[in-house]
Amino acid sequence: MGSSMTRGDIESLATDFYDLLESFKHAPFYHISFEIFLVLAVIWLVFFRKPRAIEKKLTEREKQELIDEWQPEPLVPPVDPNHPALNVRVLDGIVGKTVEIDGKKSLNFATFNFLNFVGNSRISEKAIQAVQKYGVGSCGPRGFYGTIDIHLELEERLAKFFNCEEGIIYSYGFSTIASIIPAYSKRNDILFVDEGVHYAIQKGVEASRSHVKWFKHNDIQDLERLLAEQEVLDKKNPKKARTIRRFLIIEGLYVNYGDICPLPRMVELKYKYKYRIFIDESVSFGTIGQTGRGVTEYYDIDRQKIDLISSSLEYSIGSIGGFAVGSSFVVDHQRLSAQGYCFSASLPPLLAAAAIEALNIMEEQSTPLFETIMSKSKRLHKKLLSIKGYSVMGDEISPLKHLRLANALNTIGRLEEIVQFAQTRDITITVARYLTDEHLLPEPSIRLILNVEMTDEELEFLCTVLQEALVKVTS
Amino acid sequence: MTGTLFSKADKDIEINKNNDCNDLQCEEFEETPLYAAVLTYLGYAILCLFGWLRDFLRQSNIEKKRGAVDPNASLGFVPLYQSYESFYTRNMYTRVRDIFNRPIASVPGAQFELTERMSDDYNWTYRYTGKTISAVNFGSYNYLGFAERTGQCATDAINGLKSYAVSSCGTRSEIGTQRYHIELEQLLANFLGVESSIVFGMGFATNALNLPAIASKGDLILSDEMNHVSLIIGMRISGASYQTFAHNDMNDLEAKLHAAIVHGHPRTNRPWKKIFIVVEGVYSMEGSICRLPQLIELKKKYKAYLYMDEAHSIGAMGKNGRGIVDYFNVDVNDVDILMGTFTKSFGSAGGYIAGRKSLIDHIRIHSHANTYASSMSAPIVQQIISSLRLLSSPEGEKRICQLADNTRYFRRKLVDMGFIVYGNKYSPVVPMLLYLPARVTRFNREMLRRGIAVVTVGFPATKLLEARVRFCLSAAHTRPMLDAALAAIDEVGTDIRLRYSSRHVHRRLKDL
Repeated sequence: MGSSMTRGDIESLATDFYDLLESFKHAPFYHISFEIFLVLAVIWLVFFRKPRAIEKKLTEREKQELIDEWQPEPLVPPVDPNHPALNVRVLDGIVGKTVEIDGKKSLNFATFNFLNFVGNSRISEKAIQAVQKYGVGSCGPRGFYGTIDIHLELEERLAKFFNCEEGIIYSYGFSTIASIIPAYSKRNDILFVDEGVHYAIQKGVEASRSHVKWFKHNDIQDLERLLAEQEVLDKKNPKKARTIRRFLIIEGLYVNYGDICPLPRMVELKYKYKYRIFIDESVSFGTIGQTGRGVTEYYDIDRQKIDLISSSLEYSIGSIGGFAVGSSFVVDHQRLSAQGYCFSASLPPLLAAAAIEALNIMEEQSTPLFETIMSKSKRLHKKLLSIKGYSVMGDEISPLKHLRLANALNTIGRLEEIVQFAQTRDITITVARYLTDEHLLPEPSIRLILNVEMTDEELEFLCTVLQEALVKVTS
Repeated sequence: MTGTLFSKADKDIEINKNNDCNDLQCEEFEETPLYAAVLTYLGYAILCLFGWLRDFLRQSNIEKKRGAVDPNASLGFVPLYQSYESFYTRNMYTRVRDIFNRPIASVPGAQFELTERMSDDYNWTYRYTGKTISAVNFGSYNYLGFAERTGQCATDAINGLKSYAVSSCGTRSEIGTQRYHIELEQLLANFLGVESSIVFGMGFATNALNLPAIASKGDLILSDEMNHVSLIIGMRISGASYQTFAHNDMNDLEAKLHAAIVHGHPRTNRPWKKIFIVVEGVYSMEGSICRLPQLIELKKKYKAYLYMDEAHSIGAMGKNGRGIVDYFNVDVNDVDILMGTFTKSFGSAGGYIAGRKSLIDHIRIHSHANTYASSMSAPIVQQIISSLRLLSSPEGEKRICQLADNTRYFRRKLVDMGFIVYGNKYSPVVPMLLYLPARVTRFNREMLRRGIAVVTVGFPATKLLEARVRFCLSAAHTRPMLDAALAAIDEVGTDIRLRYSSRHVHRRLKDL
């Protein structure tokens, strides 16, 4: 009965409300503004105030305490005194076909002296003449009076040898490819790199800061898969795709594996997927091909289709340094952008003179020399395969082979024992050394390198010693 | 007034205050005069304008396109170079290309022969006339005059060639370590007064390939802003974080050290594992010397490690030629990692790192160069061994004194004539400021016409405003050679108005 409001109630309600409004009209101004301010303050507090972060301001004393307490790690971690790098064999005399260690001469199957140019009298003579004309050092980078006429001659000769427009030389083999890659490939670009490339290429790729797509070693299908994936991405964003450069980085003959890259198919794919090919022919220069011109000659591919061939003067040529050849358009860029070229002292003239003479000998002896090295490599390969207990990795015509113990016995310890045993029998071989941060650390192996002047008897002797070593190690 | 003009001046006054007039650290970096700055910017602007005009003419086929063309251009490949990269090469660098990369035909000693080359098409191509130009060499790094083709060092190098051939074709960690490598390392360690050292075939690679072996992720590297490219590449590859501090500014360095330890890594706030300070002994573009005593103080206070690159200072500084440590007479064991090169003062090639045996052993195991790069060539090593032995003999002392003498004389005369010369009073690297790009090229060509070969550098090797000529003095420079050079500088400097200094009176050479 009390729920319904009577007319009287409504009237009194209205009157109260009217009185409220009247009181507002009569209230002092400061009262009203204060009320409005309170209402606004409540609204702000509820809806808009963000919690204030407690500021971590340290006092001077606290900072000093932090500085006093901080202990850095020691400069270097403790070092294992038995590490092989600290216990290397010290050589005396010329390191040619034979090497002298502790007064004893042994056959050398460990250094990259493929064409036996180390100790060649013609080369040494030319180097001596260069010292008598130019002194030893070049005393400056290429831009500041470090360019000597003999450098220009060597660059021309190398370009002519490869039938390319221009050549450029570097003063260190490692820095050659490691400076070349970052000169062309920048942050936005894509590099398709074989997983088995050697360390200098890996560092070049890292220094470029580009996107890297590794494909399985010598696996064309894997490369095609990556290329197709990239094509799909390109179709989604064609505008961006027009600004991304693509490069394929491979080696002619892989130092870590001894096998040759499948170049013809890669050149075909180049024109389909529009990438540029940079090939590192450090080992294949002077060892593969009828006249030693590398894998392009081996596969009979037009060198104009390869954008850049880089190589080292430290292997077949028997000097120091590196070089690159290609079209002028590509090579000339390095003269201003390759860090290892612009900011480093140039190659000492005597080393350039040695390289020119080595190139002369290569051109004079030509086909007979390279047919010899390829046939000897094949013979060595056959002989090694016949020793039960070893597995041999590498192409049969490659003068660089990796030898491993078969049947899961392959450990560094056993391989080192084999090497030590061989040394007592006057054969110098070496376990291939790598740093632990390689992209794909190869299995432990002995890296055997054939010198073109090894006779058949000497190769036979090598195999005999390896056989004996195997017996000793596995017994 | 632009901000840069004043900040240089302020820093200058502060440096002088810091010195307590310590003579060994007396350096001057006079501020750029306003009119030179304005004219330089104007010069570059005009060059850009003409560059755009010429590019436009080339695009519309009014002018013939020179330079090489991409063989893959029409096949749908992405262009190999950015268009702005090659803008600079086509329109600015090519105009003045003849002052760089000059080939020589003799030993790079104090007097040498340049091969003459002519261009009929404004430096796009060259032809060699077959003649040579004789000139005094102020460009090669030959501080102690060991770039010689006769004499004890050359004879020893030739004997080295006969005994050991050119190369060993092997790496140091496998089959490639020869007895002379060990001899050199011991000799060098004794010379520097440290426990042990290790040598490499290339100076650039010594920094780039060994910093990653020493520093790694989780470390902090504080490097001077003027450090060489090889140090920066090494720092990048190492994976460590790096920050730069203002050139030779110990207050900035201290502030950064302080902040680094207190706050740790900027994002995670984790403490740093190690902190390195990387400096050079003598900076090759500025001519300044690092403040070693203050650096050692700071490093001890904040427990950081000091890496000093003595490429230009080993052999050239100090009364015994032992570098900056010798120059300031401090304890060599206070510098944790000493690095240097053999190219400059020893007339050879290659680099080294020296320090405690534990450090060197660690580098032997982890260095990229030790494991993958060919070992040093015999005649190169022999040249270094011979020059090191010579340095410790009276002949060597004579050369060191001669270099110091030449430095003092040359710098004094240049400053008295009213040119702006940067750097430390005793550094054999003498940069003289030219500012305008046109004056830089004109100076270079005019000096060559008078038989003096100099090295001029501009942007991007230096800041845009501060193009300069850099004289590298040598112990092989005789007083008549220096006088001939000063006379030529006086003449050319008057001709093209290079006397910018407002601190020193402008005078002619004959009035000194």
